[in-house]
Amino acid sequence: MKQFLIFVKKEWLHIWRDRRTLFILIWMPIVQIILYGFALTNEVKNSNIAIFDQSRDEATIQISDEIAASRYFNLVKNVYSYKDIGATFRKGKIRMAIVFPKNFRYDLLHSNRAQIQLIADASDPNTANTLTNYASSIINDYQQAVNQNAELPYTINTQVRMLYNPELKGAYGFVPGVMALVLMLVCTMMTSIAIVKEKEMGTMEVILVSPLKPFRIIIAKAVPYLFVSLLNIISILLLSVYVLGVPIVGSIWLLMAESTLFTLTSLSLGILISNSAQTQQTAMFISMMSLFLPTLLFSGFLFPIENMPWPLQVISNVVPSKWYYIIVKNIMIKGLGFESVWQETTILIGMTAALLGISIYKFKIRLA
Amino acid sequence: MRMLKFLLQKELKQIFRDPGIIRVLFIMPMVQLLILPLAADYEIKNINLGVVDHDHTEYSRKLVNKIVASGYFRLKDYSPTFKQGLKAIELDKTDLILEIPAHFERDLVDENKSTLFVAVDAINGVKAGLGGAYVQQIIGDYNQDVRDQWIQTPRYDEQPTIDVVSSDWYNPNMNYRVFMVPGILVMLVTMIGSSFAANNIVREKEMGTIEQINVSPIKKYQFILGKLIPFWLLAISILTIGLIIARVIYGIVPLGSYFTIYAFASIYLIAILGLGLLLSTYAQTQQQSMLVSFFVTMIFNLLSGLYTPIESMPVWAQWVTKFNPVSYFIEVMRMVMLKGSGLADIGFQILAILGFAVFFNGWAILNYSKRTG
Repeated sequence: MKQFLIFVKKEWLHIWRDRRTLFILIWMPIVQIILYGFALTNEVKNSNIAIFDQSRDEATIQISDEIAASRYFNLVKNVYSYKDIGATFRKGKIRMAIVFPKNFRYDLLHSNRAQIQLIADASDPNTANTLTNYASSIINDYQQAVNQNAELPYTINTQVRMLYNPELKGAYGFVPGVMALVLMLVCTMMTSIAIVKEKEMGTMEVILVSPLKPFRIIIAKAVPYLFVSLLNIISILLLSVYVLGVPIVGSIWLLMAESTLFTLTSLSLGILISNSAQTQQTAMFISMMSLFLPTLLFSGFLFPIENMPWPLQVISNVVPSKWYYIIVKNIMIKGLGFESVWQETTILIGMTAALLGISIYKFKIRLA
Repeated sequence: MRMLKFLLQKELKQIFRDPGIIRVLFIMPMVQLLILPLAADYEIKNINLGVVDHDHTEYSRKLVNKIVASGYFRLKDYSPTFKQGLKAIELDKTDLILEIPAHFERDLVDENKSTLFVAVDAINGVKAGLGGAYVQQIIGDYNQDVRDQWIQTPRYDEQPTIDVVSSDWYNPNMNYRVFMVPGILVMLVTMIGSSFAANNIVREKEMGTIEQINVSPIKKYQFILGKLIPFWLLAISILTIGLIIARVIYGIVPLGSYFTIYAFASIYLIAILGLGLLLSTYAQTQQQSMLVSFFVTMIFNLLSGLYTPIESMPVWAQWVTKFNPVSYFIEVMRMVMLKGSGLADIGFQILAILGFAVFFNGWAILNYSKRTG
């Protein structure tokens, strides 16, 4: 035990005395959480639109005003022909165009029927759909105001309740995802050079002739990094709550415990990489470049996993951040307890054990 | 000029005699272009529906059938109480609960109105917003069916009604892949071009071969050009392969001209390779250049508008994207391929990217010093 502690101390001094790296390790996640936490959202707001009003009467002006005043739309241009609409779309200036036909109000009041055309730039399908829905509901409100809520016979009212995120903020879905992405990449990178560095520097020999067992060497390598990771978790959680405005509804202790487990999984993955790589360069390349895209895509926060073809869905199961993302959503946002995340927790524990096991098994006590 | 020819000869030989590089350069982007668009599908379909039916009448069953038949929803859960329905949402089994109250049919027929309750898991705001809107639309249609059944439709509309007709231009089938493939192609060309350029000069530094160049009569600009042109050619050929894949596999035929795409890409690649070279004049080791290029790649990737729309970002982040050359190329690529924009439409983007090209390459030439240390 004493030997073990001394070894941990040695590793700790490695980190502590390399202030520049320590500085990067602590600041990088903070910068990334702020940058991506704010910037990554698919909430649709302030979309630029153009209006082609061929009628210019009381009704069309009022509808246009209401649409322009909503926070979803930003009226940038009045156009005067269909050709103009096409040209403005091609310049990439607008996302949607609203067309009022001639004699809009006259038709509405005399023949009781008038038409509004919404032309959306569907090259981005979801934004197009969302914008069409928002505009339709504003027009609908106007129509109800005109009718003074006269009730139609046989009416079904629908009351829609948005659970967990009533304002439909983008951050609620994205911040847990960014947490998973950043923690995973940073923690894996930290340990990925730990062992291979000793190989490159030639100090591996010293460690191998020491009486420590491979198991203890590997654990001792991970322990100091675990402390750095804990610091990262705390700073990330503080930022999420106080800067990004995503509350922690469930138990904070459970969330801390699960986050610690997840960093353990990532640290173990880093150790496995470090153990298998021959140079620091390879280790870094694997832990950064080749982990970035799978983590980003298969966590499930950018693109829903259930939309992917089944081979990719199967692959997504081996990405630890996918499970952590589910855990964070359940605890942090839905406010659920341990009973709802025990399966994911078991999977993470299993992954950690497997990664560490393989590392210990593959740890060579002889130099090549 | 002759000097440049020899330099190019040297660089091209170096690239083509390393089979590893060729493999990475050509196979990797192709595989990624075949896989990534399959994973990056954000079409809102297959919303998992939970139903809590307290009514159990013909009407309630018809309503549920109509919702499921729409194709957007999959019936995943049938619970006797709302509480149990909520449990299914908590476990991620369903995304949306439709609660049909007791006496739904009786109230509707006898009292002329009835109320339905819908609860949506809104952690994913866009999915929740669209899911809620779809459900309301279908209920509205169903409502019309019920009315048609009970009252004869009057010849004239009794109340002023506004018809909202929506049309989806440029991508009428709402195919998400059409939107993603051009963007992903840009990302691949950028990542490969810039990371190889970034590593290249550093490698000469590490191997010590830069000494030989430093003592030769090669001018600075010749050296940078000699590095730039081979990678430019490689990146253009990767772009070509990508465009062929987009056309053959994904059936994406650009609405605009290939000429516009290549014209923009030529300038863009000079800019992005210049950035790579600039980074490598600063870095001392391949490891440093890798760390920096990883950080840059991540920012380029996530703040480019590829995954999430730029207008949704806060104002300061939108400014960051203005300094991200990738965001211009993605925008241009989508405009030209999907909307058929021409050179005149992308004038601003061309100017911006020209600025980047001059800036990065000028800086790289200035910063490359033939002295060591």
